[in-house]
Amino acid sequence: MYEIRIHSRGGQGGVTAAKLLALAAFRDGKYATACPFYGAERRGAPVVSFVRIDDEPIKIYSQIHEPDLVIVLDTSIMDVVDVLQGLKDDGTVLLNSAHPLPGCNGTCRHVDLTGIALAENLVVAGSPILNTPVLGALAKMDIVTLPSVEKAIREMFADERNVKAAEAAYEELKV
Amino acid sequence: MLTIATGNKAVAAAVKAANPGVIAAYPITPQTEIVEQIADYVTDGELASRYIPVESEHSAMAACIGASAGGVRTFTATSSHGLLYMHEMVHWAAGARLPIVMANVNRALGPGWNTWAEHTDAFSQRDTGWLQVFVGTVQEAYDATLMAFKIAEDERVLLPVMVNLDGFTLSHIMQSLETAEIGDFLPPYHLPHAIDTENPCVYGPMTGPADYFRFRWDIERSMRDARGVIADVEREFAERFGRSYGPTEDYRCEDADVVVIAMGTLGKEAEVAVDRLRDEGIKAGSMRLRWFRPFPDLDLAGREVVVIDRDYSFGFGGVVAHSIRSKTGIEPYSVIAGLGGQEVTYNDIADFVRNRHPGEETWFGVSDHV
Amino acid sequence: MSGNRIAKLSLQPMTNINERSVSNLSAIPKEEYLYKCTSACAGCSSSLCLRYVLKAAGPDSVLVVPACCTSVIQGMYPGTAMNVPVYNIAFAAAAACASGMSEALAALGKETNVIVYAGDGGTVDIGIQALSGAFERGTNFLYICYDNEAYGNTGMQRSGSTPLGARTTTTPGGKPTAKKDLDRIVEAHNPPYMATACSAYPLDLYKKVKKALSIEGPKFIHILAPCPPGWRYPTEKTVEMGKLAVKTGTWILYEREFGKLAISGPSKAAMKKPAPLEDYIKGQGRFKNLSPEVFDEMRQQVEHNIQRLSREEAGVC
Ligand SMILES: Cc1ncc(C[n+]2csc(CCOP(=O)(O)OP(=O)(O)O)c2C)c(N)n1
Ligand code: SF4
Ligand SMILES: [Mg+2]
Repeated sequence: MYEIRIHSRGGQGGVTAAKLLALAAFRDGKYATACPFYGAERRGAPVVSFVRIDDEPIKIYSQIHEPDLVIVLDTSIMDVVDVLQGLKDDGTVLLNSAHPLPGCNGTCRHVDLTGIALAENLVVAGSPILNTPVLGALAKMDIVTLPSVEKAIREMFADERNVKAAEAAYEELKV
Repeated sequence: MLTIATGNKAVAAAVKAANPGVIAAYPITPQTEIVEQIADYVTDGELASRYIPVESEHSAMAACIGASAGGVRTFTATSSHGLLYMHEMVHWAAGARLPIVMANVNRALGPGWNTWAEHTDAFSQRDTGWLQVFVGTVQEAYDATLMAFKIAEDERVLLPVMVNLDGFTLSHIMQSLETAEIGDFLPPYHLPHAIDTENPCVYGPMTGPADYFRFRWDIERSMRDARGVIADVEREFAERFGRSYGPTEDYRCEDADVVVIAMGTLGKEAEVAVDRLRDEGIKAGSMRLRWFRPFPDLDLAGREVVVIDRDYSFGFGGVVAHSIRSKTGIEPYSVIAGLGGQEVTYNDIADFVRNRHPGEETWFGVSDHV
Repeated sequence: MSGNRIAKLSLQPMTNINERSVSNLSAIPKEEYLYKCTSACAGCSSSLCLRYVLKAAGPDSVLVVPACCTSVIQGMYPGTAMNVPVYNIAFAAAAACASGMSEALAALGKETNVIVYAGDGGTVDIGIQALSGAFERGTNFLYICYDNEAYGNTGMQRSGSTPLGARTTTTPGGKPTAKKDLDRIVEAHNPPYMATACSAYPLDLYKKVKKALSIEGPKFIHILAPCPPGWRYPTEKTVEMGKLAVKTGTWILYEREFGKLAISGPSKAAMKKPAPLEDYIKGQGRFKNLSPEVFDEMRQQVEHNIQRLSREEAGVC
């Protein structure tokens, strides 16, 4: 089982990213669950979502305490939340950032999702949409396939710019 | 069609397939998505139901009562305080023998406000005459909702059915969902005692001590008959749609020395704990209790039992643990865990089994407990 | 620990401000009873209103809060953003709970202000029975309904207070029925004081709360509180949205003391020459794709209300 924890702020699309990722994995023929942890918080507060991907049906409902992958959609969260908590020794971190962050050891990747969203003019209520480009990065990391990512995005969003943004992130992420 | 959906969306999809004449509902976290999805279906013309946006849950159930007695299939959904606020009408619906189906997204009760999973809300309606089923997956939320209409509307039952799913852990998780072409699985709604001006009747008039108990007994008789109806409907469902259900879902129980009994999502997570325990040489099994009313007969002879209650009856004990004890005579190890969404993992469940003390009760996370 | 009560934070003494001396915002007390650490959405106007309500009420006050955004805004146990006692209560029960509390405090000889701070859903829908009972009984309290015109706490479903045509998650095609006229329902109880207010006019609100609390009996203030996620406008437009509601005459500010109507300053001008209703509607996503018929009906409603209240104030009934 591959376990992913997504950190974002309420309203940034972390929950939707989790859903899209589960849907893409599902379209890859895997079993997947996506589960946001809802606090009583409103827009702007740190939120986490959990995604599990496996070849067998998934019976676990509790939170992910030892993720294989941590995704951080908003690096400002790292000041208030220990995003690396419980990360497996051979785990990976994916940051929404134009630059690598100091102090993030091990397998740490970064891609400028915000820049990609802005370049595609993917902005809703003043905030860039990060949940579709991040899927492209995850495809590059072989967690899901790019065709399934595109399929999943088209199932949830009519706007083709979302697919383009995912493709751009796929191109941009260095592995 | 195979897709991926939340527990709430699965319930709404089943309701769409069942096509009720009237839906009356009031929003409450974490049930809201059901109401919103149904409002979308109705607005988009995908569902022909009349949707009544009532001003409270008391009115939601009252509207369902009026509609069901008026002669159409009805549905509502609620949770926690909403369920408690409709309590008077919950009794009424069963006493009036109306096959209303309600989804209850299990959530803790205030104060303090807590929107996370707990079963005390449903258990507080235990003695109302409603059938109660608890589901453990998104698929099961869909399947159980569809079957609920058929069971409730069967003339041997004619009692309302409550489909319970855990708040957030199931209502908001996305899992795979296969929706069905239900064909004639649900026959047209027929209520023998529906309002009919050709046959004028008075419903629920003053009823004295010489008669009242007969109506109560009649509810119990139908509850007893409901066991057979549930079995029939679950069998037919398996034949048509290939997914089978029973009063419990048993996992590795055949040769088990110790059986974990839990409900809802904790009952699914317990299966993972069982696998871990088996790896350690502990012959464990899991029995997820699905039907709570009518309460099933359980075969637990010769086993130790660990019961996880996501509920509590103050001054008495865990509701499930005590039900198991009174039904089987077995003294279980009673664990109170998961109240108000308290995090309980398969590792914790495995620990409950490893450290069991049959006949005792423990509150998970309460360190000064004796 | 008795219940999950949160210890009251140390209260600072409040400077004594004469209501009539407050002519501008800078004269409003600096003391805060609602700290900035709320978990309200950015641009939330109802939490801003609560701040002014508490400044006007001062520290000898208790808030009774039914389920609503304000339940969430307070923060999560064991933290709190509140610096007056807050009694959280079930959704339908605020006015009844406040009745009990008001009687208890009176029995103890205390003059503590009992203030309900409830949403529109908790007032016009599920809570209306308790509200009506408390007003009929003459409970000595102040009931404030902050009206964001939907169920904010649960993610913006329709309420009885949602205006005609507005899209909510349960009226995705726009609400087919009109906003319930809460003020006329309350008015029918003949309270000694009732008023309307709007978050964009905090000084007006402050004064009304002060005045209400100086009167014995059941008092009522209905605040229009624009809500960015619910009404679907950018957060920085919150004040503008409130001002437009008043300037277009959609929301009329007034007071009614012992039945006598007095239109408040900001609405006087607006009622003589209301700004075009379009100005208010067009900036809100909830009114997107409004049909011309619905828009026309809305305009007629606005005109009708303006006429009704102007005539009443002028004494031509
Ligand atoms: C009996 C009951 N039904 C439903 C709910 C769920 N609920 C909590 S707050 C709320 C909506 C509140 O709306 P409103 O009063 O307008 O306040 P707002 O959230 O907009 O501030 C609902 C439906 C509840 N807590 N109790
Ligand atoms: S939903 Fe609206 S009223 Fe509620 S906290 Fe957010 S902005 Fe304020
Ligand atoms: Mg509201």
